[in-house]
Amino acid sequence: MNSQVVSLVLGRLGVAVVTLVIVSFIVFAATEMLPGDVAQILLGQAATPEAVAGLREAMHLNDPAILRFLRWLGGLLQGDLGTSYANNMPVADLIGGRLANTLKLAAVTTMFAVPIALFLGITTAMYRGSLYDRGVNTLVVGVISVPEFMIATLAVLIFAVWLRWLLRAYAMPVITLSFVISAQMIRMTRAAVVETLKMPYVEMALLKGASRPRMVLRHALPNAIGPIVNAVALSLSYLLGGVIIVETVFNYPGIAKLMVDAVATRDLPLIQTCAMIFCLGYLVLITIADVIAIVSNPRLRK
Amino acid sequence: MTARSYSNGLFGYRLSAVGTVAALVILFWVFIALFGPVLTPYPPGEIVDMDYFGPMSAQFWLGSDYLGRDMLSRILMGARYTVGISLAAVVISCFMGVVLGMTAAVLGGWFDTCLSRFLDALNSIPSKLFGLVVVAGIGSSIPVLVGVLAVIYTPGSYRFARALAVNINTMDFVTVARARGERTPYLIGQEILPNILGPVLTDMGLRFVFIVLLLSGLSFLGLGVQPPNADWGSLVRENIGGLPFCAPAVIMPSIAIATLTISVNLLIDNLPVRIRDRSE
Repeated sequence: MNSQVVSLVLGRLGVAVVTLVIVSFIVFAATEMLPGDVAQILLGQAATPEAVAGLREAMHLNDPAILRFLRWLGGLLQGDLGTSYANNMPVADLIGGRLANTLKLAAVTTMFAVPIALFLGITTAMYRGSLYDRGVNTLVVGVISVPEFMIATLAVLIFAVWLRWLLRAYAMPVITLSFVISAQMIRMTRAAVVETLKMPYVEMALLKGASRPRMVLRHALPNAIGPIVNAVALSLSYLLGGVIIVETVFNYPGIAKLMVDAVATRDLPLIQTCAMIFCLGYLVLITIADVIAIVSNPRLRK
Repeated sequence: MTARSYSNGLFGYRLSAVGTVAALVILFWVFIALFGPVLTPYPPGEIVDMDYFGPMSAQFWLGSDYLGRDMLSRILMGARYTVGISLAAVVISCFMGVVLGMTAAVLGGWFDTCLSRFLDALNSIPSKLFGLVVVAGIGSSIPVLVGVLAVIYTPGSYRFARALAVNINTMDFVTVARARGERTPYLIGQEILPNILGPVLTDMGLRFVFIVLLLSGLSFLGLGVQPPNADWGSLVRENIGGLPFCAPAVIMPSIAIATLTISVNLLIDNLPVRIRDRSE
């Protein structure tokens, strides 16, 4: 790894940090738009105007928005996530277990989806234009084109209603999420391998008599690793959109469900923290994808 | 029609059979969105069936919903919301994205840098999360939905248009126009736009699909089109109780969404290479 790669990667990381600050500002601004006076909501309709004014003062609600933003950001950096409005518990306590549940769901899904998607993506590229390739592609376009909730309801219909399988609690969310992210991953992996197969050295391998699997696995694949890993990281970012729907449909006690519920009760600190966790996760995955793309670019190697 | 038949489609380009069918399905839904209210056999808001989650019958072609309202009428009305809101949002987002993208490419400098940074940041908020927070915040109404969806998909369109425009911007005829003393609006409107129009329209189609999916997702979460009105996503949400007995009330709106989005994707995949591949 040479200095050019290092500086590119550091530059990308710097961009990620700047982006995160802008994102935090957008999240703060968006939640600030929520109508209604927080102090009034907290104290209920029966509160005297003096009590409301006192609470506003105590919560620093009279300060300018920019000051509250900086205070909130400072708190986040020190690990102080604030206190939930709805039940007065520290946000960190509410989130802890829920976050673990969601991460568990994401991990299990990744474990299932990544190997299957890579296998399908590489083999369809290998036998491009065959019936198998076209079949898988049709399925992929179908999955990409429909909303996540439809895949979830379809899964319920097939497994619970028609087959009457009694599946473990995890199974349905995992199946649904796997479909959602595999479709993207298969598509991108296939494109990356197809692109590599167009290279002259792959044609050379074919001309010297290498078999098709050998041509793909030995000659093309090592050079497609960078784009493929990039595709995997990008597809995993679809998990974030997927879990919001899937946790709601299956009533899974994860952080997305917590956030959807917090939206219903207008619990600002909780919404802000959940939104930041989501954005952070998304940004980390995108940044990893970009860094891998930089590092694996052979033109930047010595 | 045989499998290999071709028709002379848009702009005299040939369109494959799959593309033709997809285009016809899209035209069908646009027609329904425009004339839906005239075609409904029953008033969509009125309870007309004694039974709830009724099956398909000669009287109620697509069955009835959880209250006994006619499903066919509700889907015909829903087309108006799903197609209309998505179309409005995609036009606004692509207009803003393309104009800003071309301007950034032509002007360059700090304008380009600041705008790109800001829109990239906006882009790194998951779209569903953004929609959820904002729509929950300022309440859901049709103008709010259109605005939020447009804002969410502007950065992507900007990025796409800017990347294309940067390439055109280095060409000789743009340099000549600039040397002639043409102003920025002329440069982007007369010199750059005609050269990126094909890929931009293709991108608009893909973005339309994303918007339909997000709108349906938001409606499914109860944050989209509000009762008594209903788009297709809300129809699925309302009737999700019918899922255990496969009621047409929950399956039909799903099929409606799927036919629309899959058709748009297929049409784009089958567009003549001369239009599509300019985008790469």
